Amino acid sequence: MIDILSSILILAGVFFYLAGSIGLLRLPDLYSRLHALTKADNLGLGLLVAGLALHSQDLLIMLKLLLIWLAVLAASATSAHLIARQARRQEKVP
Amino acid sequence: MLTTQVLYALTACVLVALGLRGALLHASLLQRIVAINVMGAGVFMLLIAVAYRGPGQSPDPLPHALVLTGIVVAVSATALALALARRLHAERDDG
Amino acid sequence: MNPVSLLVFDALLLLSIVGLAWASLATTDVRRGVILFMAFGLVLAVAWGRLLAPDVALAEAAIGAGLSGALLLAAAHRQPRPLSPETTNATRNKGAAGVGVVLRWAVTLLCTALAGTLAWALLHAFSSTPHDMLPGAISANLAVSGVSNPVTAVLLNFRAYDTLLELAVLLTAVLGIFALGQANPGYQPAGPVFDGLVRWLVPVLILTAGYLLWVGAHAPGGAFQAGAMLAAAGVVLRLAGRTRIGLPEGLMLRIVIAAGVGVFLLIGMTLLLLGRPFLGYPPAWAGSLILLIETAAMLSIAATLVLAFLGGRPEATGVKAEANRQCEEIP
Repeated sequence: MIDILSSILILAGVFFYLAGSIGLLRLPDLYSRLHALTKADNLGLGLLVAGLALHSQDLLIMLKLLLIWLAVLAASATSAHLIARQARRQEKVP
Repeated sequence: MLTTQVLYALTACVLVALGLRGALLHASLLQRIVAINVMGAGVFMLLIAVAYRGPGQSPDPLPHALVLTGIVVAVSATALALALARRLHAERDDG
Repeated sequence: MNPVSLLVFDALLLLSIVGLAWASLATTDVRRGVILFMAFGLVLAVAWGRLLAPDVALAEAAIGAGLSGALLLAAAHRQPRPLSPETTNATRNKGAAGVGVVLRWAVTLLCTALAGTLAWALLHAFSSTPHDMLPGAISANLAVSGVSNPVTAVLLNFRAYDTLLELAVLLTAVLGIFALGQANPGYQPAGPVFDGLVRWLVPVLILTAGYLLWVGAHAPGGAFQAGAMLAAAGVVLRLAGRTRIGLPEGLMLRIVIAAGVGVFLLIGMTLLLLGRPFLGYPPAWAGSLILLIETAAMLSIAATLVLAFLGGRPEATGVKAEANRQCEEIP
């Protein structure tokens, strides 16, 4: 039962990763690609972490996985912001 | 002789060849340094493939320690190579 | 686990590894090549995890992909984006003459022959009977080594001499980097988003480094991974434009850089004086001695990797240095 639930969560996470990668390849410009990739990947990682936490059934591992997800969330949001800001600056320079 | 070992060992040979070709043929120093790192990764893959004993058993720890040493040495060599490349570019631009 | 699905997973993993390596080396844009190399390093870490090598996976992700990638990316960004005239002429000359193309094909053939020879030698070696003396000796002596993680036992007890020489290699690299010039120019002070991230990330990194150092005795971890975490904290502080990045100054910096080799040698010599072989720990003290050496090695590795990212002798900060600078400006 728990295995089925965690498999569903992991598959959902993989689906969001796929969606983000398709967005990376198909969207027209930098900002929309950044947006799609960051949001989809963060949600995908969250679902993946939830599935793995359910599968491990150990409190310490669950807490470590949660910490990993929070760190990746903050880091990817910050790097998306920095990339977008740099692209905006380079646009303004003719 | 496990299938997994053979697969990873063959990939390691491919990586070594790729890295060597890149190191010999590229024009810019930076890409040559990347190619040498790829060669190093191939060697590490070979060592760890040799250490693998199968899904149930614990692997041989000696090649793991050697690869750990190798990773650190590779990064310090890369750092020194990059400092040398930077100095070389500076000298070339001046003179 | 189902062996067929594991085989499929292995095939996909190896294909992506070779594909990333190929793409990284085939592109002409250096920055794209470096970023693909970082991705290659991370997928390689997954491969190490699959081959049941978690210590190596941690080190590869932190040092091989992370720190190496940061070094290479910083160097790639320092190069001017459009090719300078002499490099374009060089590549054109290599391709223009027929010799260039022949040379490329000759080298490619040679490298393929090398790969083939290696593969043949390996398959021959694999089919002969394996020698299992060393792993047997390691597991037999693990109880008296002072730690229960076999990789740490090999690194810091059974093959401690190799680790001592590795730390000496790090020291030599940092001396070479010092001799080659001043550090790279720093970065601009970061905006509020990056600064906010750095504010809480650096304490977490330091805490994780301490945890990895401690847990290396009985689980995957150890001094190298912990040193890489501390170095990441220093690199992130540097990227945020801070002047103080946790590196000590002057004499203290030299002591910290030499501490890895120094503490190792001190312990080895003391054991020699006490009548034991060089680096032959007494079993009762082995655990504590290993922890002591690992702590010194962690600090030394962290300082060395941060200095590698700085790329040269660090600029002096602080009141004394400011006074010296002002004195130099007065004609």
